[in-house]
Amino acid sequence: MALDNITQVSGRGVYVPGNDIDTDRIIPARFMKCVTFDGLGEFLFFDVRHTPEGKPTGHPIDRPEHKGAKILLSGANFGCGSSREHAPQAIHKAGFRAVIAENFAEIFFGNSTTLGIPCVNAAREDIAKVAAAIAANPALEITVDVAALEVRFGSDKIKVTQRETARDALVNGRWDAIGELLDGVPAVKATAAKLPYLAA
Amino acid sequence: MPKSLFEKVWEAHSVRKLANGQTQLLIGTHLIHEVTSPQAFGMLRDLGLKVLMPHRTFATVDHIVPTNELVEPYQDPLAQAMMDELRKNCAQFGVTFFDRATGKQGIVHIVGPEQGITQPGTTIACGDSHTSTHGAFGAIAFGIGTSQVRDVLATQTMALGALKVRRIEVNGKLRPGVYAKDVILHIIRVLGVNGGTGFAYEYAGSVFDGFSMEERMTVCNMSIEGGARVGYVNPDATTFAYLKGRPYSPQGTAWDTAVANWKSFASDPGCRYDDVVKIDAADIAPTVTWGINPGQGISITENIPDPATATTDDDKAGIIEALAYMKLPAGAPIKGTKINVAFLGSCTNGRLSDFQEVAKYIKGRKVAPGIRAIAVPGSQIVALQCEKLGLDKILAEAGFEWRAAGCSMCLAMNPDKLIGDELCASSSNRNFKGRQGSVTGRTVLMSPVMVAAAAVTGHVADAREVFAVN
Repeated sequence: MALDNITQVSGRGVYVPGNDIDTDRIIPARFMKCVTFDGLGEFLFFDVRHTPEGKPTGHPIDRPEHKGAKILLSGANFGCGSSREHAPQAIHKAGFRAVIAENFAEIFFGNSTTLGIPCVNAAREDIAKVAAAIAANPALEITVDVAALEVRFGSDKIKVTQRETARDALVNGRWDAIGELLDGVPAVKATAAKLPYLAA
Repeated sequence: MPKSLFEKVWEAHSVRKLANGQTQLLIGTHLIHEVTSPQAFGMLRDLGLKVLMPHRTFATVDHIVPTNELVEPYQDPLAQAMMDELRKNCAQFGVTFFDRATGKQGIVHIVGPEQGITQPGTTIACGDSHTSTHGAFGAIAFGIGTSQVRDVLATQTMALGALKVRRIEVNGKLRPGVYAKDVILHIIRVLGVNGGTGFAYEYAGSVFDGFSMEERMTVCNMSIEGGARVGYVNPDATTFAYLKGRPYSPQGTAWDTAVANWKSFASDPGCRYDDVVKIDAADIAPTVTWGINPGQGISITENIPDPATATTDDDKAGIIEALAYMKLPAGAPIKGTKINVAFLGSCTNGRLSDFQEVAKYIKGRKVAPGIRAIAVPGSQIVALQCEKLGLDKILAEAGFEWRAAGCSMCLAMNPDKLIGDELCASSSNRNFKGRQGSVTGRTVLMSPVMVAAAAVTGHVADAREVFAVN
């Protein structure tokens, strides 16, 4: 299974401010009554994008100037809460290909990496800088450079960080581990044979 | 060199290093349910793969199952479709399914322990973040996403980096009316909702030594609410006594061998921890949340925070956002906040001892007029245990509706939902915006006995006063 080397992602950005944006907010549980991930994109941030009566609230991702944005920016502890892969799936299916935040919840970060969505950490003031540049010019192209660990926008750039195992997996095209895990199955059986509780 | 339980279990299950530096980690026990597994089975079919160890894979149905409807087809066709899909997948791939007809169905984190599937020194994964519950037995248990469910189905492993270990010691004696739920809400309040990112939490100290397995499960369950993907308690005599004689526990001479093996996984005295936090049990009060994440908690005797007195801009913004959503007045006592719904149940507090403790206090009392109160056992076995003891009748006489087993109103992927901006006194684990099924619904997390106190008074109350606990 050949995977793309994800060294950088370029596109327009949209800033969704807030800390502790949890997975229930990213994709409310009622939209998980499904047996495939198809169509989840339209439910991204659904309850924040709509009033209880179903009217649009003018959420950043719905504003015309941000249509087609590929890079999502947010605050601290993004993706906290449940392990639902439906959250990064919805982000991906809504067209986003990278997320910049102060930091990420553990399970969300792993799920996103496995889908080939780079999640990079940036300082709050740097995120504010990028957000201000987007506000000034929503068409501004932003590049999340995973290989070089920086985000470039206009003539400016900021430093970002990412766990090295994830960065390595993304830039070297091994972010979905299934192929490598399958290669290890003989070794898996050997390890399992040493553990009494795994006897068939 | 002395080692922690985490290190020992990790080493015993490490298969090899992967190219990116992560470890291919053997997952001895894989628990699956209807919400996060169908796509994973779909991926297996696409790739032409089998389940590598069907005998180590166990399924149940919990999230979508209606707790007030036993006959299929369910009224909700989507719920029925998920049920059918899981049944089909388990049959096709040879996976044991604790379906409703078996009498063993329930919330996945209650079923594993009660069947004796959850054992010390093992690795467990499940596509649900509350998998940390199983750490109560000295297992290393991970909540995972659907692609990793696929990985574990196909290879019985996943790619993972080792975690740091933070030992959290709670020493001393809990005051009357203070429960395991208060201990974990207090820990999260102190360390923050993301304080545990990158850590496994090792819970220890005299309070944990004295806790029952059910109390340990309540604490480990909510590790993820503090950002820690894994939480565990070292196995001891309490653990072994709980496991003895359960369906999947080792029997006969294998039992003694297993106990000796399990003991060997406990953290060695003098092992290294990346961090140690000590908490005095006497500092923990009955705790309730006032906001929109589980770290926004206060003692029942405290006032709701006021943004004007916040120490950081983040705190201030967080308080303003939470109070606007919760429709609560800044600076007022949390005690006396009117409730509409009382929910007893969930993988945090849906076990026998939870209902026993509530029944003890609520016997002869009545749920306040106008309050919708439901009690949902975490499994069919818990339901049966409660019914044998007549707890269901005590709860029903008090005005709680006694339901069938499931996740129910903890996440409301089933007919049990808040309506409008109802406020729910809830024994569950998350108070996120919209969590209980209404986009404006409000959740106040608390222990089951505090839920009972709220139910009988109609407002958030101090159970110690309501039930004269001393």
